[in-house]
Formats: sequence, structure tokens, C-alpha cells
Amino acid sequence: MEVKVRPFDCWNDFKNYRMNYYKEYLEAKDNGGIRWAGSAWAFDPVPQGLGEDVYPLTGEPYGATAAFFKDFSMKALETIERKGAARDLCGYMRNYWGSVAMDKYLLADGSVIEPFPKPDFNFTIHICCSHAKWYHYAAELEGGVPTYAVDISVGPGYTLDDKKIEYVVRQLEDAVTWMEKVTGREYDDELLIKAVENEAKSMTLWAKICKLNQAEPAPMEEKSMFSFYVLTLIRRSDERVVKLYEQLYREVENRVKKGIGALTYEQFRFVTDNPPPWPFLKVYRYLEQNYGAVSVGSIYTFGLGAAWLGMDEKGENWIWEPAPTPEEAGFEIHDRRSALWWTALFNLKYRASWQHEYSHWVRKQETYQMVKDWNTDAIIMHLNRGCELWNMSTLEVRDYLVGKGIPVATYEGNMADPREFDEARTFNVIDSFMQSLGIEKLT
Amino acid sequence: MVTVDELPEMKKFIEWFENRHEYARKWKEETGGKVVGYFCTYMPEEIMYAAGILPVRILGSHEPESITRPYLHDMYCPFCHDTLAQALEGRYDYLDGVTIAQSCLHMRQSYFSFADRVENIEWSYYLPFPHGVNNPHAADFAKHEFEKFKKSVEEWTGKEIADGDLDKAIEVYNKSRELLTKMFELRKADEPVLTGLHAMYIVVSSQVVDKAEHNQVLESFLEKIENGEVENDREIGTRLMLIGSEDYDAELFRLIEYGMSYPATFVFEENCTGSRYFWGLVEGDGDRLMALAKRYVYRVPCPAKDWARGDFFGRRRFQFIEDVIKKWNVEAVIIAQMKFCDPHELDIPSLREMLDKMGVRHLHLELDLTQPVGQFRTRVEAMIEAMGEEDLFI
Repeated sequence: MEVKVRPFDCWNDFKNYRMNYYKEYLEAKDNGGIRWAGSAWAFDPVPQGLGEDVYPLTGEPYGATAAFFKDFSMKALETIERKGAARDLCGYMRNYWGSVAMDKYLLADGSVIEPFPKPDFNFTIHICCSHAKWYHYAAELEGGVPTYAVDISVGPGYTLDDKKIEYVVRQLEDAVTWMEKVTGREYDDELLIKAVENEAKSMTLWAKICKLNQAEPAPMEEKSMFSFYVLTLIRRSDERVVKLYEQLYREVENRVKKGIGALTYEQFRFVTDNPPPWPFLKVYRYLEQNYGAVSVGSIYTFGLGAAWLGMDEKGENWIWEPAPTPEEAGFEIHDRRSALWWTALFNLKYRASWQHEYSHWVRKQETYQMVKDWNTDAIIMHLNRGCELWNMSTLEVRDYLVGKGIPVATYEGNMADPREFDEARTFNVIDSFMQSLGIEKLT
Repeated sequence: MVTVDELPEMKKFIEWFENRHEYARKWKEETGGKVVGYFCTYMPEEIMYAAGILPVRILGSHEPESITRPYLHDMYCPFCHDTLAQALEGRYDYLDGVTIAQSCLHMRQSYFSFADRVENIEWSYYLPFPHGVNNPHAADFAKHEFEKFKKSVEEWTGKEIADGDLDKAIEVYNKSRELLTKMFELRKADEPVLTGLHAMYIVVSSQVVDKAEHNQVLESFLEKIENGEVENDREIGTRLMLIGSEDYDAELFRLIEYGMSYPATFVFEENCTGSRYFWGLVEGDGDRLMALAKRYVYRVPCPAKDWARGDFFGRRRFQFIEDVIKKWNVEAVIIAQMKFCDPHELDIPSLREMLDKMGVRHLHLELDLTQPVGQFRTRVEAMIEAMGEEDLFI
């Protein structure tokens, strides 16, 4: 059945925010501002207490942007490999390192700027094998930029207790003192409180928006969602980001009410799991244009930057419901400690992507429940050689879903290394999969 | 005078290493106790030992396999594939439990599949050991997790672990650490009688048998060496240090120490089947779990846990390596990196830079399930040959 489609009104606003984000970081020093770099999972509100002119550069989105511009990416990857970096390491990280090593900085439109704007400090978290070491080595390449990493590997949210939160909070308290020392600035707790509240708003709003995609026809397809979700990863504690998500929520809600879809012909719904192969996003368009197949989301786009209830208290079932904001949870944030406590608690408990590192079961339930709740026909899994964290449990999940009667297709690739993707083979996999399910090509 | 290989103790270590499954089965039969397999050397074995459990390290067999591919991605390291293969082939059918102290992602993946897929596993425990061992709050957090781990062990075994039990376990484990350290100290000698192969057999066998029993044999072994009852039957040649992870493939040691045109001997192994396993004692009394936590947090770290943190911009492991190179008079380093091992790969560019600055020759070998012996021989020989190139022009 043909459905109405229309471009998003807020599309350019999101695009512009991202474009300006890289420029703001680049130009921060012109007005005496502060630059910091770290993982997209870093406790983004914490450096915000240093002032209103503090600009982050988060590594994973930067690495994905680099990968999208294949020529830049190839040069970056080869540069860092010549320095001895192994080719099987995180694709985002290698693009980032390569960029630093080439002393070239990429803007969101593909413009290349020299030199690479060094951060005043690196501030990150550590959950997979790479994050803290990513910035440690980056700091060495940068000539010794001060670096601080917070260990957050305390176990899944449903096992959270005060001691675990305390462990993270103490590290964040130390980080504040350290940031004051390396920047020479006095820390403003009011700015922190505001940033922490914004973070919670951004992450829960994005969850609510994802939830709206359960509608049929789906109001969003995943390739477009990549341009929306990324703001939770680049500067979620910014009030402008909150406003953009409020705007997007209203728009998506309106689309659902009016039956506006992402695709003119939606004949097949699926979810994905891993980061996509950024240099080859055409995979999504191939599925849409040839099969009317819409990816309604993934545990990556939903789980990376959104806050969800996640596993129930017994650790048995996954609940895809948006997490509460501090206000909804009745949590009063009134000083530095309570702000740090909340951001630690909120991320450790509700950040979906911080849950499934601790067992296959969590990832199985998370994925299975997504397939069900978003009314999909199948899952197409990217066996992503570029990220060992996101690739954890994937084959066990595949086995589990097949056992549950859910059709699964897999293709191998790399989220951020254009050399590791076989386009023709991937399209063959898709064609075979669709044929096996009796899905005919659109005419 | 005898050689090391002729000593009955050495034969015992090799026997334990090669027949570790038979040992555990027999131990279980004789004691009626439980056997728990563990992944990663951050596991506080003392807590299990205090409960009367035999902790054994999960190891692979270095045999080609193809049964893990449905569960583990190809990009995961050979060690995690190998360990899971052992489980799927039923070689760990005697285990009652399996546990892991939070380590790298690959090993976790193997652990999860192991725990899920091996039918005889009745108890499994994921211990969220801190990753940030260079931060001052890590020991406190580790202690908290050890308390929960202890409670789980007690509930499962039905045995309360009294302070006395823990003291005894710590004593046995510390004794093992002291003896193993002494064994490594002996290798500082100009003409060490022990090779890396010997050391590997001794350390790894200590990970798979009852420590008290191992201590007795090791004590006797070291006495004989110290008393001068053992002679060296081989040329030492180039003094090598091995830097790596799960390097327990005897073939690798045989090749480098016994199979090359140029003599060479490992005088130190900085890896988790070597010094990283036993270096550093549990110290202090009173708060036993805190003492344990401090030992595991402040031991020589695995690269997975060793990173800059605020005012500390170094790597503790590198500091240790630098110290060893000087004290053991190391002439060249073999960086034996498990294929796809991210934590090591993340350190290698900086490690090579440090070794270059120290003027220490190094060679990077990438290990797989089985080793390309011919290629490795050529490369190691070429390195040693290059080290002597100045002599050509004298």
C-alpha cells in the first residue's frame, strides 16, 4: 500500500547543529574557550561545569564521519598503520588516530582543515578494551595532552548498588578537581547541574522518539535516524540539543498521527544491530528501493544514546520503555555530588549500550524484544569487524533468534574501514535473504 | 650432576601441564571437592581455595578447531576460540563451576558461551573486577566485589569461609608467589640453568593443580638448583625477554630456545602465563579482602587495565618492563602478541617506541592457534643476526 511521505521539517536544523559542532570545537580557541576530546560515552555534562565556552569532540562520531569520506579515511588509516597500529583495532579509533597523526581535521561537510585542533584535555570512559587506551595513545600522538579516563565497568544496571555508583562518582569528583587544575578554571556546579538535567532530557527524549517508530508505517527509516541520534553522542548536555529533540518528537508524533511514513511502500520491516558500514550506507537505500524494506532501528541507534529501563530487576526480561528524568524519578539534584551521582546512576542503569557487555543473555533479550516491540519481520546483522564491543554476543544472539523462529541475515563488514566491505557480496546476501522469505522486488 | 630436564620435579611439572584434566579429575575423585575453571589471572583464587575448591585456569590445546565459529566471531582472539573449543569438545566435563574476573572482551565472550553451553556447569560467576587499576578507588571497589563473590561461593558450596580459611589460602598462594619469584630471580644469573620453556611449564602447572602440592615440588626443585646440583647443558646465547599474554605454547619456546641456528634463552616472561600471574604478594592483615583487593589491583597490570588517569600519564606495566630489562640484563625482546588481542595491540606502538629509546632490539610476532614455525625461526634468527652485525666490520 502506498503511504504519504515527506521530508523532515527539522532535518536541516539537525544537520546544521552537527556542522556547527565541529566548527565550534575548531574555533573554540579564538575566543579563549576550552576544547576537550573523549568518547561519545564520556560523562559529557562534567566538563560543562568549566564554563559556557567548553566544546567537546567525541571520537566515535568523528571516526564515523571520517569513514564516510572514504578518501580521507584511507589516508588516515594508512598513516596510523605505518606507525604500527594493528588493522583489526577499532575502526573509529584508527580514523581518529590517523587524523591526529596526519595533523588534519575533518568537518562534517568533508572539508579538511590543518592542523588538527588539539584538545586542552582528553576526558573519556572505559568500558571496552579500547576507550581509555584510545585517548592515552592519542594524547601521546598529540605530544602529551592531559588525559583522564573513568572506569565504568561495574556490571549491568540491574545489579547496580550504591558502592558501584560511589566508585564512579568518586572518579568523577577527582576528575572535576583535575579539570580545574589542567584548565586553571574554577568549576561552576550550577552549570554542571544544568548539563546533567539536559543530558537526561536528551537521552529520554530520543528514547521516546525511537518508541514512536513502532508505528506502521514507520515514520523514520534508520539511515535518516543516523542524523538524529548522533546529537546524543556529540553534545547531549547542550540545551540546544534538548530543544532539537523536543522539536523532532513533536514532528514524529505528528507524522504518526497523520500516517506519514518513511517509505512510500513499506512491505518489510527489520531491525539491525551493529554500527552500520558508514562508507556504505547505500545498503539501506538498496533495501528500501528494491524491497520496500525499512530498518526501523537497531540496538545501536536506540541503545547508544538513549536511556531505557532495560533489564528488569531480576535480569530476566528487557523493557524498551524510556527511562525517567530526575524529575520523574523524584531525584533532587542540588549540588555537585548529587549531580554527579545522578549522571552516574542514570548512565550506568539506563544507557542500553552499557548493559550487554556483561552477558549474552542481556543482548539476546534486548534484541529479541526489539524485534517484537517494533513489529518487525527480521533482523539483518552486520558482523562488524570494526568494533569488538558491538560485535560481542552477535553470533550467540543470531543462534538464539533463529531458535525463536526469527529470520536472520548476516553480512560481514567494518563500520569505519572502507577496505573491509564487499558491496556486491552484501547485496547478494540481501537478495538471497529476501528471496528465501518470499519478498519480491518492487516493480 | 644432572640437567634440569632430568630432575623428577621438572618431569612432574611437565606431567601436570600435559595431563591437567586428568589431574583435576583425580583430585575431585580423591577429595570429593568442587573444581572451578577460571578465566583471567585477576581472579582472586584464594577465596575459592579457602572454600575447598580447586581453581584451575581455563586453557586451550593449540590444536586446529572449527567448532567455535557459530558462537564466536572470527575477529576474536585464538585463545578465546581455543578455550571455548575445549569446552565444546567436552574436555572440561569435570568442572562444577566456571568464573571470570572481568577482563578483555574476547575472554568474556568465551566465558559467556562456556558458561551457557557446558552442561556440567552448575555455578558461574562474572566478577566485575575494576578496569581502572591506576585509580585510587579501584581497590575499594574490588573489595566490594570480592565480598559479593565470597558470598556467592559460600552459598554455592554451603561452606562459610572463615578468616582462618582465608588466611591459610593466602599463605599457600603467597608461598607459591614467593617460590615462583625466586625461580625467576635465578634466571638473572649469567648462565641460568632454566629456560623459558621450563619457566612456562612451572608457572602454568601452578595454575592447574593444588598450589600446596605444587609448592612442595617447586621448593624441592629450587633447593636442588640453589645447591648447585644442576648443570647447564646448553649455550645461553642471546638473553631474551618475552612480552605477551597467554603464551603457553611449548612449540614457541622450543623453537626459539632449542630449534635455532643461534643460541638464545628467555630470561623473563612478562605475560599472564608468566610473571604477571604471580608477581606481588598479598600483604597486610586484618581486612583480608582489602589485602586481596590491593594485591590484584596493584599487581603488574594486564594491558587491558593499564592506562593514563589524570596525574598519572604512564603505564605501570612499561615501568615494570623497563626495570626487568635492566635487572635481568635482557638483550632483546620478543613481543608475542596474540592475534586480534586489542589490549596488547593498543600498547605495542608505544612499547616499541620505549624499547627503541632504551636501545633494546625487539621483534613482534603475531601468535595464532598454531604457529608458523619456519617463518618465526627465520625472523628470530634474523633479529639475532642483526644484533651482531657490528661484529662483521671489526
